[in-house]
Amino acid sequence: MALLEIENLHAGVDDKTILNGFDLTIEAGEVHAIMGPNGSGKSTLSYVLAGRDGYEAQNGAVRFDGADLLDMEPEARAIAGMFLAFQYPLEIPGVTNMTFLRTALNAVRRGRGEDEMDPASFLRMVREKSRAMGVDDDMLKRPLNVGFSGGEKKRNEVLQMAVLEPRLAILDETDSGLDIDALQTVADGVNAMRSDARGMLVITHYQRLLDFIKPDFVHVMVQGRIVRSGGPELAEELERSGYGAYLGAETGGQGDGAGAAHA
Amino acid sequence: MSEAKAGIDRETVDQVANFGGENYKYGFTTDIDADKAPNGLNADIIRFISAKKEEPEWLLEWRLDAFERWQTMQEPDWAHVDYPKIDYQDLCYYAAPKSMEDGPKSLDEVDPELLRTYEKLGIPLQEQEVLAGVRKVAVDAVFDSVSVGTTFREELAKAGVIFCSFSEAVKDHPDLVRKYLGSVVPQSDNYFAALNSAVFSDGSFVYIPPGVRCPMELSTYFRINEANTGQFERTLVIADRGSYVSYLEGCTAPMRDENQLHAAVVELVALEDAEIKYSTVQNWYPGDADGRGGIYNFVTKRGDCREARARISWTQVETGSAVTWKYPSCILRGDETVGEFYSIAISNNLQQVDSGTKMLHLGRNTSSKIISKGISAGRSSNAYRGQVSVHPKAANARNFTQCDSLLIGDKCAAHTVPYIEAKNISAVLEHEATTSKISDDQMFYCRQRGLDPEEAVALIVNGFCRDVLQNLPMEFAVEAQKLVGISLEGSVG
Ligand SMILES: Nc1ncnc2c1ncn2[C@@H]1O[C@H](COP(=O)(O)OP(=O)(O)OP(=O)(O)O)[C@@H](O)[C@H]1O
Ligand SMILES: [Mg+2]
Repeated sequence: MALLEIENLHAGVDDKTILNGFDLTIEAGEVHAIMGPNGSGKSTLSYVLAGRDGYEAQNGAVRFDGADLLDMEPEARAIAGMFLAFQYPLEIPGVTNMTFLRTALNAVRRGRGEDEMDPASFLRMVREKSRAMGVDDDMLKRPLNVGFSGGEKKRNEVLQMAVLEPRLAILDETDSGLDIDALQTVADGVNAMRSDARGMLVITHYQRLLDFIKPDFVHVMVQGRIVRSGGPELAEELERSGYGAYLGAETGGQGDGAGAAHA
Repeated sequence: MSEAKAGIDRETVDQVANFGGENYKYGFTTDIDADKAPNGLNADIIRFISAKKEEPEWLLEWRLDAFERWQTMQEPDWAHVDYPKIDYQDLCYYAAPKSMEDGPKSLDEVDPELLRTYEKLGIPLQEQEVLAGVRKVAVDAVFDSVSVGTTFREELAKAGVIFCSFSEAVKDHPDLVRKYLGSVVPQSDNYFAALNSAVFSDGSFVYIPPGVRCPMELSTYFRINEANTGQFERTLVIADRGSYVSYLEGCTAPMRDENQLHAAVVELVALEDAEIKYSTVQNWYPGDADGRGGIYNFVTKRGDCREARARISWTQVETGSAVTWKYPSCILRGDETVGEFYSIAISNNLQQVDSGTKMLHLGRNTSSKIISKGISAGRSSNAYRGQVSVHPKAANARNFTQCDSLLIGDKCAAHTVPYIEAKNISAVLEHEATTSKISDDQMFYCRQRGLDPEEAVALIVNGFCRDVLQNLPMEFAVEAQKLVGISLEGSVG
């Protein structure tokens, strides 16, 4: 059974349809990258998958580990192992980073019927993972994302992912705003999480990230659907020639998304 | 952040998570024979109360004097609260558990049913073995109109600290009581203070001798049990020169459909170089979701920094009561005195809160700080009313006020009413105010990390209150954080 199966998904905000017949299947162990012009619906896809209020599916189906994902509350999806690294992480004044991590981990563990982690082991685990992400003690003590630089926020998202150990991680432009060293750190963090049991969906504008995180598949998303799929070489091609070809091609309506358009 | 503080947030969330259905967990009643005065208020009832307590003549006179003044006064209506007229003749002004008639000589003699009540409330009245690392807390428990027991008295006595019920203080330390009673809140200060002065039943008394740092936290737990009974407790805390005490009061009441009146008076006196930290976790029954029942909490609390360099700090977490009318204040009389007020006031459903503080700068080089966090949810109304007043002779007075409101949902209201009055041009007064809402984006972010909506609200609100929660003694911070979570149950949906 596939980890995530999206079938002919139509979804949007209010009456506006943004996802327009979107298909994608991710098996456990695979890393998929989605690239596409601004406004093509990449973040919308991540919100629909995570269950954000107002982002309604109008048609189609999404199965996560066999369960009907669209039927689940956002927290139930998180407990089932869906993680979204936000393009724009939120600030929560007065709640320290550490408290947030602990609260989230315990909520997820409780939801899975597991015991909460004892405070000492939790601390040890967080310290270790933050070190790897270049998140220092001071950042753990500060209120969540308040006054964090853009890059710090992104690294912090990856730290949360490392702590929560999801089944499927969606990274929405986690590379934008990162300096070269931070990019390496984030990529190392993500690569360390790669495993046979885990799937990843990496949304990015830059081929550079994919030099660090080698995807198994690259998809081009235009106007709410995948117009072309391929291997890592597709990212390099896009870097050279942009999306021009697809913007015209899109109206041609290659509904099945897969590599067919290229063949 | 200490690890312990982090643990608190976790507990808040657990608490909310484990919480099923019924919001108010202290809503049980205790089946106990009570010795009650007949309903109504007149000079005879006051004589009855005074006689029950075997009070000296001067105190009876003092009560009758207060009663006379009260009769000439009008119930205040300037607060931003709305409740049906109270029939003061239809209330009971004295109720004591029957078993207390002869007065227990020690905690061992206290009715086991009462001890169980306090156990259910999570308040130990046995002087248990205290675990390593946990500080001791001495407790005075007030049930309806009487104090049912005070713990750790002997140990406190060794340090010279007096901690007992008000009635005992009247008997055993009449000079101290007579000297300080009414010296901060005069009998005719306001309508409810006058009423309290006339009929007050019991409360706690604390005296810390010169140079003594009180060896443990002191606390009083108030419990209203009887139906249709007012609770009018009186607390007097005196910190003599160079002494220090941290004191906490907690309050709960059963769920009843009718409203119950609670009109307390708290007086604090801090002499030269003395410091008093007074914390309140107020969790009186707030009424049900439709606004039926609940406590009317009309309280006068005032501290007098009577001599140089005295410090008084009020910290309050107000989550309960149907209607709250309460303004813990500081009189900064001595030079270089310091007054502080830290407040969290949460209103949900149909609760109404009008609370704040007064800082009266009289001495030179005095300073005060006010941090108020108001959280309104449901259809509640939450007003901050604060006064900072600088006397002509109060050179170099400083005040910093920060007043933040957080709204949950769109049917509640928050009001901020600051009065500032500076009669000395050297005064430096700062005021900051913010109003915010919990954003849908913040909620989504938390839920994406696995928190359900109620856990998310509890977490965000605790973050909002952090500056104030950090001021509570450790033991009570845990309790307060839980309360924050519980009292907002049902505010999101
Ligand atoms: N709440 C909303 N209301 C109206 N339109 C919206 C809303 N959210 C997204 N859209 C529109 O949907 C389209 C897709 O937006 P989305 O954020 O998914 O794009 P994206 O592919 O992530 O773009 P970028 O690369 O710039 O991040 C855009 O045209 C956007 O304006
Ligand atoms: Mg986007």
